[in-house]
Amino acid sequence: MPGSVTREELQRLVDQKGAQVVEVLPREEYDDEHIAGAIHMSLEELDEDAALVLAKDRPVVVYCNDFL
Amino acid sequence: MSPRAAWRLESLGFERVFDYEAGKTDWTGSGLPTEGEGAERPRPGMIAIPVATCRLGESVREVEKRVEDADDTMCIVVTDDDVVLGRVTLGRLRSNPDAVVDDVMTPGPTTVRYDEEIVGLTVRMQDKEVGSILVTTPAGKLIGVMYRNVAEELLGDALDEYRAHQEHHDH
Repeated sequence: MPGSVTREELQRLVDQKGAQVVEVLPREEYDDEHIAGAIHMSLEELDEDAALVLAKDRPVVVYCNDFL
Repeated sequence: MSPRAAWRLESLGFERVFDYEAGKTDWTGSGLPTEGEGAERPRPGMIAIPVATCRLGESVREVEKRVEDADDTMCIVVTDDDVVLGRVTLGRLRSNPDAVVDDVMTPGPTTVRYDEEIVGLTVRMQDKEVGSILVTTPAGKLIGVMYRNVAEELLGDALDEYRAHQEHHDH
């Protein structure tokens, strides 16, 4: 079951574990503004090919706007 | 949306998947680094400046000196974690020298987030003749004070354009 992380935990995961940060909002929202260093992937792109973009041996943190 | 993405990645064999539930709202509201076309837009947090702070239980005499030394006109009452509890003006401190902060503070001051939309905010401050406003993180931690005159100088014509746009909508 995927865990949830706070802002501080996210920063630690990136700094210490090389976590990959993925925004799953619509592309235009990503283009307007996203967490520094985050990449964009839509839900539709999260298929078998996701492994071509994301490394399986590093943590992945996904986010959208908020919990709503 | 992100919980579904997290589950999806896990089903694809990714073993360490996490959901940052508070999301972009939390990140930008805390003033952390962003990229993108809109990343450089002005925000209250960018022009907020530090202000004197004090804690509940402190003597007014001590706090008054701190505010004067900092050349401020007010002091913000915060918790040990810097969460805003209230504010107290220098005038109120001066007229109650033997009290403690709890007795003279005004609780629950209005605050805005680091990334509040600054043009509309400044126009509302003009309309209500508010000279300054506290800026906090989404968790209520004090970042500083945004002065309206600083925002007006920064935004210039954007304020008139906002008003014109508003009037156009009202008619």
